[in-house]
Amino acid sequence: MITFMNNSDSEEEPCNERTSLMSAESPSVPSYQDGLQASEAGEVQAHRKRRTGSSHSPNNIADGEMSDSGVPERESTLENEEEELTLKYGAKHVIMLFVPVTLCMIVVVATIKSVRFYTEKNGQLIYTPFSEDTPSVGQRLLNSVLNTIIMISVIVVMTVFLVLLYKYRCYKFIHGWLILSSLMLLFLFTYIYLGEVLKTYNVAMDYPTLFLVIWNFGAVGMICIHWKGPLQLQQAYLIMISALMALVFIKYLPEWSAWVILGAISIYDLMAVLCPKGPLRMLVETAQERNEPIFPALIYSSAMIWTVGMAKPDTAARGPSQQTWDAAEDGRENHRSPSHADSQMSERRSPVPARPVTSLEELEEEERGVKLGLGDFIFYSVLVGKAAATASGDWNTTLACFVAILIGLCLTLLLLAVFKKALPALPISITFGLVFYFSTDNLVRPFMDTLASHQLYI
Amino acid sequence: AFFWLVSLLLSSLIWFIAVKASNPWDEPLQKGLLIFGVMFSVLLQEAFRFLYYKLLRKAIEGLVALSEDGCSPISIQQMAYVAGVGFGLMSGAFSMINLLADALGPGTVGIHGDSQLYFLTSAFMTMVLIFLHTFWGILFFHGCEHRHWWEIMAVIVMHLAVSGSTFCNPLYVGSLVPSYLLMAAAAAWAYLLSGGSARNLQRFLLCK
Repeated sequence: MITFMNNSDSEEEPCNERTSLMSAESPSVPSYQDGLQASEAGEVQAHRKRRTGSSHSPNNIADGEMSDSGVPERESTLENEEEELTLKYGAKHVIMLFVPVTLCMIVVVATIKSVRFYTEKNGQLIYTPFSEDTPSVGQRLLNSVLNTIIMISVIVVMTVFLVLLYKYRCYKFIHGWLILSSLMLLFLFTYIYLGEVLKTYNVAMDYPTLFLVIWNFGAVGMICIHWKGPLQLQQAYLIMISALMALVFIKYLPEWSAWVILGAISIYDLMAVLCPKGPLRMLVETAQERNEPIFPALIYSSAMIWTVGMAKPDTAARGPSQQTWDAAEDGRENHRSPSHADSQMSERRSPVPARPVTSLEELEEEERGVKLGLGDFIFYSVLVGKAAATASGDWNTTLACFVAILIGLCLTLLLLAVFKKALPALPISITFGLVFYFSTDNLVRPFMDTLASHQLYI
Repeated sequence: AFFWLVSLLLSSLIWFIAVKASNPWDEPLQKGLLIFGVMFSVLLQEAFRFLYYKLLRKAIEGLVALSEDGCSPISIQQMAYVAGVGFGLMSGAFSMINLLADALGPGTVGIHGDSQLYFLTSAFMTMVLIFLHTFWGILFFHGCEHRHWWEIMAVIVMHLAVSGSTFCNPLYVGSLVPSYLLMAAAAAWAYLLSGGSARNLQRFLLCK
């Protein structure tokens, strides 16, 4: 399952924002690419086809037919094991995603509650040109809707542009664009953030120290995100840039526009990922066809990268097992664990040449993770941050939105386990979050306040 | 936690509608509405606990059907405990967090003639409620599992009693003492239901 989204990084260089949750059925792809039909691979295809019932890649159908000489009794046990592994890994994935989302939200809420800068109105982005300072409610509503339309169209244009670039293999351009945006995020926004935090706590820092700190932070961040680095450091950096971006949005989006934009972008996400001609879906499918990882700076992944290095020597030993080859090439590609698990189980049944190979398979199996797009992080944090900033100073609303978003994420991951294809991560969570925000702010708050003032407990 | 939140939402919706539809200057009426709101909220919470039980039951059946050796990786007692803790934590968080945020700021407790022990008693009350929710979770699920309706009724009655006792505030003796007694009773009951016994307790305490 990949939720992936392009990070809208800077005001000058708007990247598009796309969110989707994706499940890459990569194991089906190698057999298409290689043309090698090992019997295990064929069987695996048959299983997967029967299990998912949706052969959204034409390869699947071709393989399924060829491998109908499968062994029926083995299939049922394999299916059961797959389902169980699905659920077990599903639960693990949920936790693996809860932690970073929670961390990002905590950072955003802590900053909003303590640093005054991010709640002051100091102008707006050029993408939201209409001001909300109008006297009448209708005018304000109209302005916010217009702002939303402009913002969403910018995002759509950027997304389509990115997809076109990807389709026509302009990788250098994309990489340059991403590097420039993350450069700006890591240096400029961090500088502003650090400055404001220091101002709030009245801590003095001289320019040389500041330069040293920011230079180190930014340089290590660039290396970690775009090249190699320890997984946890990379995750930490991704969380930090998501939080910074969310803070920028919270500061510069006017009130009503922010809520309308949140609603609109979840609808857009739904359409962009699920419609056959949606840009995100095309991007995901193109990436799967070419068997490439999606841009490194835009996805949070809890999976391992070192399988690339580790599994390669095995491919020579394994021979025609394109599953491992696929794993080797696609260290970062999102493999839904059971689809890998079943392939690996079937591999284990066949005579394995060397012992270490099996243990490596197990290691790979355990390290398969989930991926979530950075834009999802950003918009979740925007929702919770806005709730913290504007909900009459109430922590209950923030807490309610937080729980709602997490439950939405849970549900999305559950749907992902059921459907096994790319899914948008925003709609359910944002809907829950919005519903809970407005209802908690208007309904629950007076109730709880009255209860607390009389010291009644429910 | 989510289910508790939804129940809170619905009950505050009802209360809000009632308040808006009534005369805001009528003090006893407002107080009466508040009491009604509290009772209704308690009943809704227990209803949602029941709904959550149903959901978990389905989940366990699914897990059992899918597992290899016919037993699910997590038992219904563990789920009961977790559900109780979730309810308790959410309820505690919602009760306490604004208080804590205000406690960080400047101010004097009880300056208008209210009790000076406001923060302390709130803290104790919240703690007892969290524990109680956990124990009620275990009792409730056990009652639903074995169809002991009297256990379920006991949980509901206890909850109503504890909430009702808070109406005595600021006469804290009337609310804190019964709540703690009820908590001790519920703790012992839940412990016995979970398979504990006096012997187990002894062995645990003597670290055998």
